[in-house]
Amino acid sequence: MNLEYTPEEEAFREEVRAFLKEKLPQRLSDKVRTGKRLTKADMEEWHAILNEQGWLAPHWPEKYGGTDWSVMQKFIFETELAQAHAPRVVPFGLSMLAPVLIKYGTQEQCEHYLPRILDGTDWWCQGYSEPGAGSDLASLKTSAVREGDHYIVNGQKTWTTLGQHADWIFCLVRTDSSGKKQEGISFLLIDMDTPGIEVRPIKLLDGDEEVNEVFFTDVKVPVENLVGEENKGWTYAKYLLTYERTNIAGIGASMAALEQLKEVARTTKRGGKPLIEDPLFAQRLARLEIDLENMKTTNLRVLDAAGKGGAPVAESSMLKIRGTEIRQEIGGLMRRAAGRYAQPFVSESLDEGYNGAPVGPEWTGPVSSQYFNNRKLSIFGGSNEVQREIITKAILEL
Amino acid sequence: MDFAIGEDRQMLADTMKRFFAKEFDWEKRLKVIETEHGFDRAMWGTLAELGVLGALFPEDAGGFGGSAFDIGTVFGEVGRAIATGPYLGTLMAGRLLAATDESETLESVIAGEKVLTFAHEPAYDAESGETRDVTASKSGDGWVLDGAKGVVEYIGAADLIVVTARADDGERAFLVERGGKGVEVVDYKLVDGGSGGELRLSAASARELSGVTGETIEAATAAGVVALSWEGVAVMDELRDQTLEYMRTRKQFGVPIGKFQALQHRMATLALEIEQARSAAINAAAHFDKPERDRFGAAAKYTVARVGNLAAEEAIQIHGGIGMTWELPLSHFAKRMVMLGHVLGDEDEHLARYIELMRAA
Repeated sequence: MNLEYTPEEEAFREEVRAFLKEKLPQRLSDKVRTGKRLTKADMEEWHAILNEQGWLAPHWPEKYGGTDWSVMQKFIFETELAQAHAPRVVPFGLSMLAPVLIKYGTQEQCEHYLPRILDGTDWWCQGYSEPGAGSDLASLKTSAVREGDHYIVNGQKTWTTLGQHADWIFCLVRTDSSGKKQEGISFLLIDMDTPGIEVRPIKLLDGDEEVNEVFFTDVKVPVENLVGEENKGWTYAKYLLTYERTNIAGIGASMAALEQLKEVARTTKRGGKPLIEDPLFAQRLARLEIDLENMKTTNLRVLDAAGKGGAPVAESSMLKIRGTEIRQEIGGLMRRAAGRYAQPFVSESLDEGYNGAPVGPEWTGPVSSQYFNNRKLSIFGGSNEVQREIITKAILEL
Repeated sequence: MDFAIGEDRQMLADTMKRFFAKEFDWEKRLKVIETEHGFDRAMWGTLAELGVLGALFPEDAGGFGGSAFDIGTVFGEVGRAIATGPYLGTLMAGRLLAATDESETLESVIAGEKVLTFAHEPAYDAESGETRDVTASKSGDGWVLDGAKGVVEYIGAADLIVVTARADDGERAFLVERGGKGVEVVDYKLVDGGSGGELRLSAASARELSGVTGETIEAATAAGVVALSWEGVAVMDELRDQTLEYMRTRKQFGVPIGKFQALQHRMATLALEIEQARSAAINAAAHFDKPERDRFGAAAKYTVARVGNLAAEEAIQIHGGIGMTWELPLSHFAKRMVMLGHVLGDEDEHLARYIELMRAA
């Protein structure tokens, strides 16, 4: 048993660090580090830099512009990016649609869509959830009826993250209602400019408009936009769950956030003493750090098994649950550390170029917004309760 | 990075599994824990022949292992069988013998001829209501010890006792023979089926383990922490598996109780926590020879005790009444699990230690 990185992996880490040092704009990492809002242009700027380097889609096959990296290299890459406060790569096209196209799409679809994802021509969003289909996703109702060379799509999708920026949406639609609900679902690619599509933003509890409702009224979609076979969409959607997700636990993001938290705990005084000397706060912090250290090794164990040919579906669920709990707890402790200065909410201060004087210590500005925004982590991507269902079936065999 | 335990260790683990399955089945264990000292000396000799004790020590000390992962492998199997016997005392005291000029003594221990234990933690003193430890003072060419040690495992069955004691210039370790002059042992049974005892010394003559310092003793207890962490994870695995098996077969309201979501989600959480505990134990072993030994040791002991309590309590609760019975192996695993948390410092003490190290970092 050996927990050291190999010299090759260490060299790779250095290569990633050197790249980040040279190419990650300070302006962007500062925004991420201080919890400022990222604009579409910010995200596109970072995508372009990664694409230039050939590192935008490391998990794709090489022939489509991916890499031949090992699972451990991908983990190192993702962890280093997060620790350097790089903007998160928007996953919808790169990590959600592309693997499905590569596995189940046609040659033409791959050749058409994949390069456009890489060069930023197409911004994708995800059309899965509906008002009546959340955790019970297979009960979705948005219908696609075949008429000649087209499907006519009617219905509503919701929680569509960054749909306001999107050029395209990949949708799960119902093409058959006669049998089991999982067996009548198809996977359809829809141009957001098609007549009959309306996007309405949903204002979230932190005041931001990150997600949307998307309405479809008699939207005509060419049949060649179907991925794979009709009524097999559920299989493709589930494939994403089994697809190698090396950093579902968000270890790098948590490590970076914990460092910030510890810095705050060392420098913020309460009752004349640094918070880290406060027995109750120190205990919360220590429990959290121990949990993260354990999680890091749990994550590496799963990767080690995946690298040796395993398909760790249910283990990914464990990583998702505890990884999101840890990220939420870090945010929770930042909020606690802010004391009464968790309360002020100067929304403009989260935008670039804000010149007003901060209220309270500068780091307290975004902590409550982030804390509330982070509630989503245990809800999306299969709620943590759905993950427990997966563990129950796949690991516990109950 | 490689999380495989390695072929040699896997062979050792398999040997121990086979041995315990054959020689220490449930009926046998129930009999053994009813004996005076709660362990079978003849079986101890066979385990020594199989190399189980040798695996705890490096070659230059007469063993053939001694790394943290070797220790973890042995204690994992001890945990899986909830075997009784002075494994931990042998490990810690043996590592002190290995650090000094006592190779013959250690050889007799590794061969199973002499039973060794480690008297390290102070005893409760009824007169003062506080703890009382052992002090060492020079007497002619040698040393004499005075004071007491508490809950020393298997001391009633031990031939040799390594005792830590405060001398004028710091902590030292000594070898004492049970039955020697001024050596009094009061032994008793332990909750988990083994035995322990109080050691009372009055002007007892003792052989110094020369060269052993406070640091050597800390390294030995750090090895003990690794051992207990791995043992604890194995006991948890058993608690989880036995509970899952029960959930598949026990029917209430016309269905196996494993079909109830309220129980499923609790078991999913427990399974996740056990994987975290396993990672903590691996971390402790991986950092055993590194500067961060104590930080990862404290993290592991804290995590294993915390998750261990959860595992024991959930296992009994989900079994219901049957989980309360002496007859069911599960209750004995639960007792072992919880008691492990009371050896070498509990969950809170290790969290406090971790906090100290975190602040200093």
